[in-house]
Amino acid sequence: MGRKTPNHGNVVQFDSVGLRYDHGPEILQDINFALPAGSFHFLTGPSGAGKSSLLRLIYLAQKPSRGRVTLFGRDTLLARRYELPALRRRVGVVFQEFKLLDHLSTLDNVALPLRVAGAGEAEVQKFVPDLLDWVGLSEHIHAKPPTLSGGQKQRVAIARAVIARPDLLLADEPTGNVDDDIAMRLMYLFEELNKLGTTVLVATHNQSLISRLQHPRLHLENGALLGPEP
Amino acid sequence: MILFGARSDLPLKNDATSRFLPWLIAPMVFLCSIALAGTIILYGMIGRWDRDVSGTLTVEIAAAPGDAQTSAEQTRAKVEAAIRILSDTPGVIQARALSQDQLSALLAPWLGKTDLLREMPLPALIDVTISPGHGPDLDALSARLDKAVEGASIDDHRVWLSRLIGLSRAIAGLAVAVVVIIAGATSATVIYATRTGMAVHREVIDVLHLIGATDDYIARQFADRAFSLALKGGVLGLLLNIPILGGLGFFGLHRLQGGFLGDLSLPFLGWIGVAVLPAAAAFLAMLTARLTVHATLARMV
Repeated sequence: MGRKTPNHGNVVQFDSVGLRYDHGPEILQDINFALPAGSFHFLTGPSGAGKSSLLRLIYLAQKPSRGRVTLFGRDTLLARRYELPALRRRVGVVFQEFKLLDHLSTLDNVALPLRVAGAGEAEVQKFVPDLLDWVGLSEHIHAKPPTLSGGQKQRVAIARAVIARPDLLLADEPTGNVDDDIAMRLMYLFEELNKLGTTVLVATHNQSLISRLQHPRLHLENGALLGPEP
Repeated sequence: MILFGARSDLPLKNDATSRFLPWLIAPMVFLCSIALAGTIILYGMIGRWDRDVSGTLTVEIAAAPGDAQTSAEQTRAKVEAAIRILSDTPGVIQARALSQDQLSALLAPWLGKTDLLREMPLPALIDVTISPGHGPDLDALSARLDKAVEGASIDDHRVWLSRLIGLSRAIAGLAVAVVVIIAGATSATVIYATRTGMAVHREVIDVLHLIGATDDYIARQFADRAFSLALKGGVLGLLLNIPILGGLGFFGLHRLQGGFLGDLSLPFLGWIGVAVLPAAAAFLAMLTARLTVHATLARMV
């Protein structure tokens, strides 16, 4: 579905980015990094280090207090409001709190990115059931989120993030509610997407995953970025 | 959830904040259809009055003095002279004196049917048909009649009619103002309902935005819902009004037939205009909801 970014240049670039909420202290300070197209990174750091805030800057839920965030070559501060939906459609996000719509079925939740992109029902019926089968939720295709367990919701959130084959996949603690086997299965899904050209950034505490998958790390500590580390 | 063939990702169908909309729009469409129908009927009456009198005028000739026979003969001579002048006047198609029976019939509502009328020195009336749009110069005609026929005067009905038409037009203008005010009130109601709905569903809207939904994608869902609810209310309001409009037409046809007001029934095009009101209310609600969502989202992140 999504346009593939040419395998050169940076999908995300932060230049001296700082973020503070209202008049509070800076949550992020002088962040400089770039995610090359087709790369796979982990984002690590203790709770409260600013991982989720950094992801919010990338998926355009937040504007930086200072500095410049560039997404797909576009300075996000200069982007006009009408340009934002097209940029956001190129980004798949697994939110830490899932952000599923409780009144929609599993199928309809996962189909949302396709529908907002203008896909027809034939396309939805072609891709969504297959993906739900892959993440082990084929029996819950018509279930609504309140009836699902935490792990099942997480898999729905992941399916929704990847269904439109985004150019950039951001995942905030995507394996926090699933056991190790399912966690590895989901990470393999991310790797498969990465091999197809999707740039991936996964924020996680899971040291087991980090050590097994051997991708470079961006480490946040007290709002400052250390890394990337191999 | 599907509304009018389009899916809704927002849980608007079970939204308590907009359920009241049909019950507010129903009386609005009811009042609007009354005002619109009243305006159409009133304009129809004005048109009929205007047509009826624009092609006619009346010449009145005072009865000549003297005993009954002498008065009648002299008055008849004056009438013949006046008719000759009228017939020679450009723009006059026909001039015809009203007979004694016709005069008696005109006075009967006030004086009753009595032979006394035949003995009273009644003025003679000449009914004149003039060419619509190319009528005679009334001032010149009046001067000629005044000079040639003593006691002759012209009544072209326009003085009293213009006052009546002015009053009718003011009432019609008031009805149009009522329609405009109702449309404004409908829009304000939809704006309130839409803003409330947006506040209630703020989290869902945020998720849709983050997934890449455009403002219009979200606005369309609110607009479809507003259309559906307003159409329901509008149809209800119209159904309530049909017996009233039908009854008015029946009353006009059977009770006032031939009277001054004439036919009070709504013409065919008027029925179409009234029937279109629920759809017009629905389109107004849809447009208002859509613009409201766009304006509200533009103020959000």
